[in-house]
Amino acid sequence: MHEFEYVAPRSLADAVAVLSRLNGQAKPLAGGTDLIDQMRMGRYQPGTVVDLKKIPELVRLELSSAGLRLGAAVPCRVINEHPAIASDYSALKDSTHIIGGIQIQNRASVGGNLCNSGPAADSSPSLIALGAVCVVTGPKGTRDVPVEQFCTGPGKNVLQPGELLVELKFPSPAANSGSAYERFIPRYEMDIAVVGVGASVTLDAAGETIISARIGLGAVGPTPIDATSAAALLVGKSATRETLELAAEAARGLATPIDDMRGTVEFRKHATGVLVRRVLETAIQRAKGLA
Amino acid sequence: MAKKQVVSATINGNATEFLCEPRQTLLEALRDNLDLTGTKEGCSNGNCGACTVLLDGHPVVSCLVLAMEAEGAEVTTIEGIAPSEGLDPIQQAFLENAALQCGICTPGFIVATKALLDTNPSPTENEVRFALANNLCRCTGYDKIVRAVLDAAERRKASV
Amino acid sequence: MATVEQDLATAGSNGSGPKKYKVIGTRPIRHDGVDKVTGRAQYGADIRLTGMLAGVVLRSPHAHAKILSIDVSKALALPGVRAVVTNADLSDPGDRMCELGEGAVNLRHLNHNIFAKDKALYRGHAIAAVAADNIHIAEQATKLIDVKYELLAPVVDVVAAMQPGAPLLHADVYTDDLGEKSAQPSNVARHFRFEQGDIAKGFAQAACIIEREFHTATVHQGYIEPQNATAFWSADGQITVWTSTQGSFSVRQQVAELVGAPISRVKVIPTEIGGGFGGKIRVYLEPVAAALSKKTGRPVQVLMSRADVFEGTGPTPGSFIKVKLGVDAHGMIVAGEASLAYEAGAYPGSPVGPGAMCIFSCYNVPNGRVDGYDVCVNKPQTSAYRAPGATNAAFAMETVVDEVCQQLDLDPLEFRRRNAAKEGVRRVDGPVYPKVGLVETIEACQRSEHWNTPLEGPNRGRGVASGFWFNCGLRSSCSATVNPDGTVALVEGSTDIGGSRTGIAMQLAETLGIAATDVVPTVGDTDSVGYTDVTGGSRVTFATGWAAYLAALDIQQQLCARAADEWDVPAEAVTYAEGGVNGPEGRRFSFAEIAAKVNAHGDPVVGRGSADPQHCGGAFATHIVDVEVDPELGKVKVLRYTAAQDVGTAIHPAYVEGQIQGGVVQGIGWGLNEEYFYDVKGVMRNSTFLDYRIPTCLDLPMIDALIVEVPNPGHPYGVRGVGEVPIVPPPAALANAIAQAIGIRMTQLPMSPPRIVHEILKKNV
Repeated sequence: MHEFEYVAPRSLADAVAVLSRLNGQAKPLAGGTDLIDQMRMGRYQPGTVVDLKKIPELVRLELSSAGLRLGAAVPCRVINEHPAIASDYSALKDSTHIIGGIQIQNRASVGGNLCNSGPAADSSPSLIALGAVCVVTGPKGTRDVPVEQFCTGPGKNVLQPGELLVELKFPSPAANSGSAYERFIPRYEMDIAVVGVGASVTLDAAGETIISARIGLGAVGPTPIDATSAAALLVGKSATRETLELAAEAARGLATPIDDMRGTVEFRKHATGVLVRRVLETAIQRAKGLA
Repeated sequence: MAKKQVVSATINGNATEFLCEPRQTLLEALRDNLDLTGTKEGCSNGNCGACTVLLDGHPVVSCLVLAMEAEGAEVTTIEGIAPSEGLDPIQQAFLENAALQCGICTPGFIVATKALLDTNPSPTENEVRFALANNLCRCTGYDKIVRAVLDAAERRKASV
Repeated sequence: MATVEQDLATAGSNGSGPKKYKVIGTRPIRHDGVDKVTGRAQYGADIRLTGMLAGVVLRSPHAHAKILSIDVSKALALPGVRAVVTNADLSDPGDRMCELGEGAVNLRHLNHNIFAKDKALYRGHAIAAVAADNIHIAEQATKLIDVKYELLAPVVDVVAAMQPGAPLLHADVYTDDLGEKSAQPSNVARHFRFEQGDIAKGFAQAACIIEREFHTATVHQGYIEPQNATAFWSADGQITVWTSTQGSFSVRQQVAELVGAPISRVKVIPTEIGGGFGGKIRVYLEPVAAALSKKTGRPVQVLMSRADVFEGTGPTPGSFIKVKLGVDAHGMIVAGEASLAYEAGAYPGSPVGPGAMCIFSCYNVPNGRVDGYDVCVNKPQTSAYRAPGATNAAFAMETVVDEVCQQLDLDPLEFRRRNAAKEGVRRVDGPVYPKVGLVETIEACQRSEHWNTPLEGPNRGRGVASGFWFNCGLRSSCSATVNPDGTVALVEGSTDIGGSRTGIAMQLAETLGIAATDVVPTVGDTDSVGYTDVTGGSRVTFATGWAAYLAALDIQQQLCARAADEWDVPAEAVTYAEGGVNGPEGRRFSFAEIAAKVNAHGDPVVGRGSADPQHCGGAFATHIVDVEVDPELGKVKVLRYTAAQDVGTAIHPAYVEGQIQGGVVQGIGWGLNEEYFYDVKGVMRNSTFLDYRIPTCLDLPMIDALIVEVPNPGHPYGVRGVGEVPIVPPPAALANAIAQAIGIRMTQLPMSPPRIVHEILKKNV
C-alpha cells in the first residue's frame, strides 16, 4: 500500500477542519471494508486517512417518534441487533444483514456503503425505498440531500472536497406500511448484488389498497435507481399479482444494466422484474403484519 | 515518509505496545511486527476469512483493519483462544471431527466459531452456515467443519 | 525381508473379504492437529529469517505483447530496494522435458513462465521481481520498472485459437498431428487419437445415437494459501528454499535447473501447505526468491497476492468437447466417438491426454474413437487440478449417457451398472482393467437411502453420474527409528495436505502392531529423507504408505535378529507377530520391551522403506444429487448429495470422507459458478474470491460419503488413491439433475444463473 497519514478526530468540527485543510487529499474511513481494499488496489491514494469512528455523531443510532437517525459510521451489526429497526425499517435490516459476512458486518457501515457509491451497494435501494435523507456537513455548513440524489455515477457522489456524510435520517414508518430488500446473487452469501431491489409500501386501513410505494433498484445502472414511476403505477390499486407485475414491468424498463462478470444485460433486466414483484409481495405481507 | 506510530492494545490478554506504519493492516502488524503468524493471509480483500480475529470481541477480517485502528482495543487471535493448559473445546471439536485438512483456514474458522458460540450458544446448522459464510475452506466441503461447530456448542454447554 | 508377493498374501487383501485390522480403519487425531488448531503450524509465509527481504513480482498487464525493453534503473534507485531480477538472471535449461510427477514440463517453457523472455503470453505473466526492505517498498519499486510492450491481439478461447489466422502464441510450435509435423506454426501443439473396434459398424447397430457439444470454462484450484517461497543463497553456493509445495524433490529439481545449480546444492524444506490440489507442483516463485537472494546475499521471501494466484498460476483448462454415443435396443453401448480440445494456456501441455483416456473409461465401449487437441491460448499455463482433464470429459459423457437413458426410458444407475467398466474390459486407449470397483459404487447408490427416497416438489430434480481416475504410484521413501520408549520416529517425504502423515504412520503402526499415537511422523526435507515424488495423483497413502510398510518390515526383521541374539536362538526361530518378537518356548518381548533393549546397547534400529509400486488401481465413483432450480432466476440449490466411491481400504475413514466431501464441493463449484471471466482484451475480470465464486458453507448441504471397499490387490493393505476422483462426477450429476428439474439440458459450464435463465427464456419464447 502507498504511504499515508492516519488521524482520528474526536469531533465533527475537527474532522471537517482536517478534510477541508487537505482539500480532497484525504479520505474518510468508517468500516474500511471498501476503502482499505481500494487503497491496496491503488484505486485511491489519499495522503491522509481520517478515521471517523471516534466522532459521536457518526456512531450514533437514535430511534424516536421523529424517525431514525443513523450515524454514517454505525456498523451493520449494531443495526442488525436493533429489534425496532427490524420491524419498522425492515428493508434496512434486510440489507445490512447480508452485506458481506459477519466479519464485514462488524465493520461496514451504511454511510460507507453509500459514500463508496457503488451501483450495486446493498443498502442503497433500501435507503431509497425508505425515503432516507443524507445529512452532509462541510466547511460551508450542513445540508440535506435526498438519498436518491446522492450518487452521481459509479464511485461518484455529491460530496464536495471537505464535506462528509454525518448521518442518514429516516421518516417514521406510516401505519400499515412495510418494506423489504432482496438481491440476486449466484451464491447464498458473500457476493455483490447482480440485481438489488428495495421497496416500501403503505396500504389503506383495510389493508387492501396501496396508498403509496417507493422502489429502489441496485446494480442495473450507473447509480442506484429511484424507480418512482414504476412505484406510482401501484398507487390506488389493490395488491394483486397483476398490479405488481405492472410495476415490475415498468421497473424493468428503467433498468439500464451492463454485461459484466456478475451478470448479463438479459439476466439483469429479467431479474429486475422478478425481484420487484417478489420484494413488493414481501413488503405488502409486512404491511399487513403477516411477515 | 509517514512516521511509524505506537499503538497500545490488549492482544490476547496482554497489554502490548507496538510500532507500525499507518499503511499497515492489522493482519500485517500481527504477523510481521508481532510474530503472531497464526492469523493467515488468504486473499487480503476480506473475502476468505483466514485472517479473522476478534476486535473488542467481534470477529473482523484483519486484512481490512488498519493496525492504527487497534489503538485501545482488545484483539484476540488464534494464539489467544486456548487456555494456558490444554485446548479450547472448539479446538478439540475440530480435531476430533477431522474438521481440517490443510489447516490454513482453520485459525479463521476457530476464531469465527468462538464469536458465534459466544453470542449464540445453541446455533442450528443453518445458523452455523450463515455465521461462517465469510470463511472459505477449499479442502473439506465444510461438512466436518459444520459438524465440529455443532459439537463444540455441545461441549461448551457440557463444560459449564 | 519378506518379498512383496508374500506381503500381499499375508496382508490378505487378495482373497476372502475385508481383513480385520487394529489400527487401519480407526480415526486417530492427526499428529499435526494441535499445531493447526492453535496457529502454531508453520506455513510457507510464516517463515521468518534474520535479515529477510520482501520480494514482489511485476506482472504483465497485457494478455499478449512483445517485450521491447525492460528498464529497471528507477526501481533500483528507490531507497530500500536491494535487487531486481528478470529472465536474464535465470539459467536457460534448454529445450528439454522434465517429469514433475504428475505430468511433464518443458524446461524452456518453465523458464519462460517464471519470467517472460521475449513475449508476455498472458495477463499476469511475470516480467521482473524486486527485493526490498519491506513489501510496500518492493511494490512501489515494481511500479517504477519501465517495460515497453508492443501489443498483440490475444486469443483466450480454445475454439477461436484453433482457427486458421488466429493470433499465434509461438512461432516455434508446430502441430504434432498424429505423428506428422504441421507445415505452419500453430496454436494446436498436438493432435492424437485412440481407437478400438470399428465405430462405423458399432453405430450401425445403435437404436439410439446422441451427439452433443460442450463448452467448459477455465477454473482454478482455489487453495486458500497463496503461493510463497523463501530462499537463501549462501556465500558457499548452498541454496536453501522454504516453500509450500506438493513435492519438495520436484521443487529441488526445477530450482536447480532454473538457477543452474546441481541438485546437491539445493535443499528444499517443505513447510506446512495450505492446499494444492495439483496447483503447487510447478514452481513459480522459488527460482525468483533464489535469484533475488543470490543478488542480495540475504534471505528473500516472495508471496503471491490472491490476484497473482488467479492470474499467474495454473488453472485447469477450459475445453470444447464433442461426444457421440450409440446404444442398441437392449440398452448396451455399441459405439462412442469423442473429440476433446483443451486449452493448454500459454505453453503446450494441457491435460487433454488423461481427459481423452477418461472420457469413456467408466464403460465398456467396444467400438470407440477419441481425438484430443492440445491448444495454446493467452491464459496462464494450465497445471494439474484434481483428476486433471477428467472432470471436463465426464461432464460431456455423463450428460450424454443421461440423455440416452431419458430417450430409451432406462434407469440411469441400472444403465451404468450394465455397461460398467469391470475386470477384463479394455479401455479405448488400450489398457485392460484389473479388479475395479465401479459396479460396487453403482450398487451402493442403488441401495442408498438417498436413491430410495422419492424426491418431491416442483422444480426439483435428481441426477447421477459416475467418474474415473487412474491414480498413480511413483516413488516414495521413509526411514523409521525405534525409540527406547517404544515409539517410532518416522521421517517420510510426502508433504501433508490433508492428514496423510497420519495415514502413513497408521500403516507403519499396523505393521508393527503398535498404536498410531506411538508413531511420531515428520515430513522430511530433501536432505533428510529419500527421494519422494509429489503429493499428487492420489498416491501418498498408497505409495508412501507402502514405503512405511516396508520400513516396518525392515524394523521387524532387525528386531527379530536382535531378539535371537538376546535369546541365543537362530534368527529364523524368531518371528514378529502381535506387536512383538516371539521365540521358541513362548519367549516374547513386546515392541516396547524390545525397543528398550535394543536402545540400551548395540546398533540403533533404523528401518528403511522405499517403494515404486506399479499397481495403484483405478478409482471409480458414482454420485447422486438432488437440486431445486428457481424457475425464474435460474439459481440452483443443492438439496442433497451422496457420493459412493471405491477406496480400496479406508486407512483413516474420516480423512477418506474428507477427501470425498472436499472433492465433491469443488466439483459443485465448478459445475455451478466458477469460471475465469475475460474481457475483450483478454484480461481476467474476476481475480478475487468475491467474483471467482468458490462455494461457501451456506451454499451446501452435508455431503454423504459412502465408502465402498474393494481392496486393491496391488497394495499390501488394499489401498487405492482417493483424493482425485470425487471431483469428476459433480458437474455432470448437477446437469442431469437440472435437466430433470426444469427440462433444460445445460451443455456449458458453469451452469450459472444467467446461462440457465438464458435457456429458460429461449424455451419460453
